[in-house]
Amino acid sequence: MTEKTAVLELRNVNKSFGPIDVLHDISLKVNAGEVLCLLGDNGAGKSTLIKTLAGVHKPTSGEMFMDGEKVSFERPKDAADRGIATVHQFGGTFPLMTIGRSFFVGVEPTKRIGPFRIFDRKTANETAVKAVQEFGITRIDDGDRLIGGLSGGERQSLAIARAVHFGARVLILDEPTAALGVKQASHVLRIVLEAKKRGLAVIFITHQVTHAMAVGDHFAVLIRGALAANFMRGEKSREEITDLMAGGEALADLDTEIESHMETHEGHPPPPAH
Amino acid sequence: MSLGAIAIRPETASVVGLVVVYIFFAAFGGAAFIGAPGWSSWLNIAAEVGIIALPVGLLMISGEFDISVGSIVPAASMTAAIISGHYDWPAYVGILGGLGVGALVGYVNGFLVTRTAIPSLIVTIGTMFVVMGLTLGLAVLIKGSTSVSYVPDPITKSLLGHFINGMFNVSIIWWIAFAVAFYYFLHISPMGNWVFAIGGDRETARNAGIPTRQLTVGLYILSGLAAAFVGIAQLMTYQSAQVAGGQAFIFNSIMCVVIGGVLLTGGAGSVIGIVLGTMTFAVVNQGIFFSGLDSNIGSIIIGALLLAAVLSNDGFRALALRYATKKK
Repeated sequence: MTEKTAVLELRNVNKSFGPIDVLHDISLKVNAGEVLCLLGDNGAGKSTLIKTLAGVHKPTSGEMFMDGEKVSFERPKDAADRGIATVHQFGGTFPLMTIGRSFFVGVEPTKRIGPFRIFDRKTANETAVKAVQEFGITRIDDGDRLIGGLSGGERQSLAIARAVHFGARVLILDEPTAALGVKQASHVLRIVLEAKKRGLAVIFITHQVTHAMAVGDHFAVLIRGALAANFMRGEKSREEITDLMAGGEALADLDTEIESHMETHEGHPPPPAH
Repeated sequence: MSLGAIAIRPETASVVGLVVVYIFFAAFGGAAFIGAPGWSSWLNIAAEVGIIALPVGLLMISGEFDISVGSIVPAASMTAAIISGHYDWPAYVGILGGLGVGALVGYVNGFLVTRTAIPSLIVTIGTMFVVMGLTLGLAVLIKGSTSVSYVPDPITKSLLGHFINGMFNVSIIWWIAFAVAFYYFLHISPMGNWVFAIGGDRETARNAGIPTRQLTVGLYILSGLAAAFVGIAQLMTYQSAQVAGGQAFIFNSIMCVVIGGVLLTGGAGSVIGIVLGTMTFAVVNQGIFFSGLDSNIGSIIIGALLLAAVLSNDGFRALALRYATKKK
């Protein structure tokens, strides 16, 4: 691995809420044009980690660096100003707003007519549609459509396109594929690769190992708030990763079994064993 | 805009509702209701409640309630009457005092809603009772009475309490002006987008850099000012301020807003819808007197309208979302 300066780096970060230690001694790096997959079961501390990255929480101890420079975020806005963008599971969170309007929430384009500032709907719609189409989602062609009318994958894509449009350098994707079907998920994964190609550092949170393996360059597994493993693409097999996530239990077999069952049974899981 | 796009707009339901209700009462109310007496009677009512419904609607779009308007109306009215009637200060001092009371209560509402975790419904019920008690207590303390009279000068009277042609209250014009200003704010100015965003998801809106607290406080101040304005206009019209009264504005303003298609949980609505909802409400409210029907039927109709409006809003919204999905 070449010794370039990481876009975002954590050194020995700890986070506790009162007496409860949630993150324990986390050191991580993510480079430009690289996808870091953050894996972990529910409750492993993934959410707390990304909230710390996004400036929602302040680390109890430890340091964060961007481009080798020490940073400290007091609020989410600070992180956003440095180019850290978070896209949540459901992407567009304003289901009843139009694509153009929600794309520009907080940074509305305006034009002037006399003393009045006017929301420039045409520019907003055109820019939003163009931005998302550049990511290959050509089905979105009308900025007046409501966010709620988009599919889950389209919403994710729109949210990612929005982050990139507004100059994000680090893209944090919080379980973007968790609620999606297979086809929708592959859309989103393709967009993750597109973002990576554009030189963004992507932090991809998931507990679906398949999705992580499809796009990841670098993997980190969180267990009970600590980094259980930190390895590069190709260093571990799918089964090993799944086992790691489950804390060493042989879940990998079950996982593959269920998945093969679902593939042959139109997406239905096997009935529970009695 | 295509026919389909018009059909799925929530305002369409409001227009249909208004037309149906109007035809119903026109059939029962006869010539008087269709003519100037009918129009002036429901427009006067619509203007009063409409001026309050506009900011209450905006608050609801942003996900908050304001119950306190019901006590701001008499409080502002009483303040202006005491300043200008009892102490004989010029009318504009009384008006500023009344508006000041409205703005102050609005600020307190906004402050409590944004700084505590108490739901706005509870906060504003609380402030409503506090303001109601203060109004009564201070009126009795200062004036020794629960009503204060005041005869405004001709200019003030013509601006705020005049009946055009002896029938149409000048507040109808104020209402139109308020509606235009609110339309600009919500649908044309970039800030309107923030109101929708806050109602959709406050947390995300804040992370997107929207000053959510200031905006919420601002909306509450607007609502307080509008309620105070109505209280002052009532004083100038009827030349007397009462400590009671104004309670009707609480439910009436919310009903106008909901009949007008604003989503109770926030995130959707329009100024045109609120205006249409207000007109519908006023037509029923006044039409009942012209129709000769039992006035209890009016309450039944308003209740049914409210339920129908909520149901149809949900229907239209689902339709709008589905329409967008299908469209290639």
